[in-house]
Amino acid sequence: MTVVPIIKRDYICRLADQGKRIDGRKFDEFRNIEITTNVVNKAEGSARVKIGNTQVIVGIKMDVGEPYSDSPDSGVLTTAAELIPLASPDFEAGPPQADAIELARVVDRGVRESEVVEINKLCIEPGEKVWIVFIDIHIIDYDGNLFDAASLASLAALFTATVPAKRFELGEDYPLPLKEPPISCTSVKFNNVVVMDPSLDEEQIAEARLTVATDTKGDIRAMQKGLNGSFTKDEIQKVIQASLENGKKLREQLNKIIGK
Amino acid sequence: MKSDMVLIDDKGKRLDGRGFEDLRDIKIEAGVLHRADGSCYLEWGGNKVFVAVYGPREAIPRHIQNPLRAIVNARYNMAAFSVEDRKRPGPDRRSREISKVISEALEKVVLTEQFPRAAIDVNIEVLDAEAGTRCAGLTAAGVALADAGIPMTDIPVACATGKINGHVVLDLGKEEDNFGEADLPIAISPRTKEVLLLQMDGHLTLDEFNKAFDLAIKGCLSISELQKKAILEKYKTVLEVE
Amino acid sequence: MANEKRRIAYPSQILGDTKSKRAGRGTFIEKDKIYAEKLGIVNSQTDYINVVPLKGRYDPIVGDFVIGIVEEALSSGWLVDINAPSPALLHVNEVPWNVEFGDNEKYLNHGDAIMAKILQVDESKKLQITLNDRNLYKIKDGHIIDVEPSRVPRIIGKKGSMIALIKKYTQCRIFVGQNGRIWIDGTIDSIDKVLRVINKIENEAVTFGLTDRVEELLKKDAKDVR
Repeated sequence: MTVVPIIKRDYICRLADQGKRIDGRKFDEFRNIEITTNVVNKAEGSARVKIGNTQVIVGIKMDVGEPYSDSPDSGVLTTAAELIPLASPDFEAGPPQADAIELARVVDRGVRESEVVEINKLCIEPGEKVWIVFIDIHIIDYDGNLFDAASLASLAALFTATVPAKRFELGEDYPLPLKEPPISCTSVKFNNVVVMDPSLDEEQIAEARLTVATDTKGDIRAMQKGLNGSFTKDEIQKVIQASLENGKKLREQLNKIIGK
Repeated sequence: MKSDMVLIDDKGKRLDGRGFEDLRDIKIEAGVLHRADGSCYLEWGGNKVFVAVYGPREAIPRHIQNPLRAIVNARYNMAAFSVEDRKRPGPDRRSREISKVISEALEKVVLTEQFPRAAIDVNIEVLDAEAGTRCAGLTAAGVALADAGIPMTDIPVACATGKINGHVVLDLGKEEDNFGEADLPIAISPRTKEVLLLQMDGHLTLDEFNKAFDLAIKGCLSISELQKKAILEKYKTVLEVE
Repeated sequence: MANEKRRIAYPSQILGDTKSKRAGRGTFIEKDKIYAEKLGIVNSQTDYINVVPLKGRYDPIVGDFVIGIVEEALSSGWLVDINAPSPALLHVNEVPWNVEFGDNEKYLNHGDAIMAKILQVDESKKLQITLNDRNLYKIKDGHIIDVEPSRVPRIIGKKGSMIALIKKYTQCRIFVGQNGRIWIDGTIDSIDKVLRVINKIENEAVTFGLTDRVEELLKKDAKDVR
């Protein structure tokens, strides 16, 4: 495990006391974001997102299978994340650990609970055959804030995905049926200061983390608090406000790429 | 039957228009990842591969350490979305075997005695697969190792040849790999032409093998020039003022 | 201006032969020919041909001053990360304090930064460092950054000229470890200035006229402050 020097932590906190961040950003400012779609030919949909130096690639694969018994006319959505050793000297090979699982589940809820994918339109034969949508998140370069990079890449991949009906002899290919998505923004807290879009340095000293997903109406659609520190109600309100503002900007950027 | 499929048209061209000795398009970029000590992104036909090198660093757990030299630990992995039918995440037996033969190929050229008890981890991720991923992976690994400043006697390079419709051809494409009669991936140290990796499956006469072998070496040498070009391209600005 | 064109070599590139030159660092010999073993800048101004790597871990040399980050306390001392292929051992006898058995963690623990010296590198590259020297100590304040070890000579400059230039214009205390770790202490603005200058040196290390450009950058900032 890479060791973070204590004096580096102290320096970042000292900067924060003066309203500064180690890379010169404002507390609620995101790093430069790049979104590219259709990066993997074999996938039914794919996207690459870079937030600063963090890089994530998401691929959407689809297959025909059985529905869940409690929802016989809905398609199935499943999300998996891999913190592959490629992305960081601290990621180990092996089955997904708690961090990867939490990442996958948070992204999954952001997509599922907000009903971005209209799974009721993915039924082929009720009770027998439905479309299964696989969202696979591949972290390529870890430099902080995997949650937002993974969410954004998942959305960009979904919005450029095609249902491969032809390959399964079920008609012509058509775009995946989708609704307006919520956008997630992640913040971390250290030394009583809260900053948005944490860089690696900031994440390494973070005491608590909060991800908030908001929609076009300004409503909250998902939240997740992580790490073993705490947030005050006031801090949470401020994070929600900043998430709404940044969510709007990220949504505009996403819409431009997916051609809305 | 495998050899029933027509893979060569009456003008002697392959399905994708290539001649018998033509390589698919290859694009190589060195130093593309921020966290890795050395990295490479490579596109080869429809293949897309990322390689990240970490090390030399302490080999953990301690019982795998070699007191005399570094161990080269290559890990070949395919993304779930890299193939037509989604692949379950995690290493399968094929990935484990490929990881092993690539590790062994790299160990021959890396000057491992300089780093006792250390590990040099080479992570190969295939994001888009279209026949020849192990050659693409090893070729990219060579560039990533050089990028990381790892001492080597040579930059390893790999290429495959095969037999389709009775003819020996260079760099099998997807249908050729699936429906051809033989597949021969080879990796060499381009300076000395020593063979570091060699696998073959299918059916070749001795004559055909010699032809395929020589053609693969020829392919490797062309690709070796591309590797070196990519490395020098990345660092040429080091000598210039912006 | 130097009288020799600087060039980059990749592993396996042929650089010369043993009849006219001698094989220095970063090279290997095969059948009387000298080859580069690493990606780096070729230096053949003397009798020797050397390749100075562009990237890589620190290669420890006895006597080098380094900045280490403590990984963990052991019964015999501490394991310290010094950006080498393996961590270094700081034995409990090599510190200026009288450490009672079991009290190691009270003096140095995970995350502490120390200014140390390479004491020993044995045949199997096992490393030992020491704090027993009046110039060595546990670091209390300031900031630490990492640069490529190969850039250290450029950042220090001929006879320390570059680092002296930076200290003069920023009033910061700076220590450059041979292992590519740099410690900086001063006001937040002056530390920021040092970081920008070091970044410039890192990117332009091999170019000519760098010292002048660095001085220009330092002078420019001083004017802006007024």
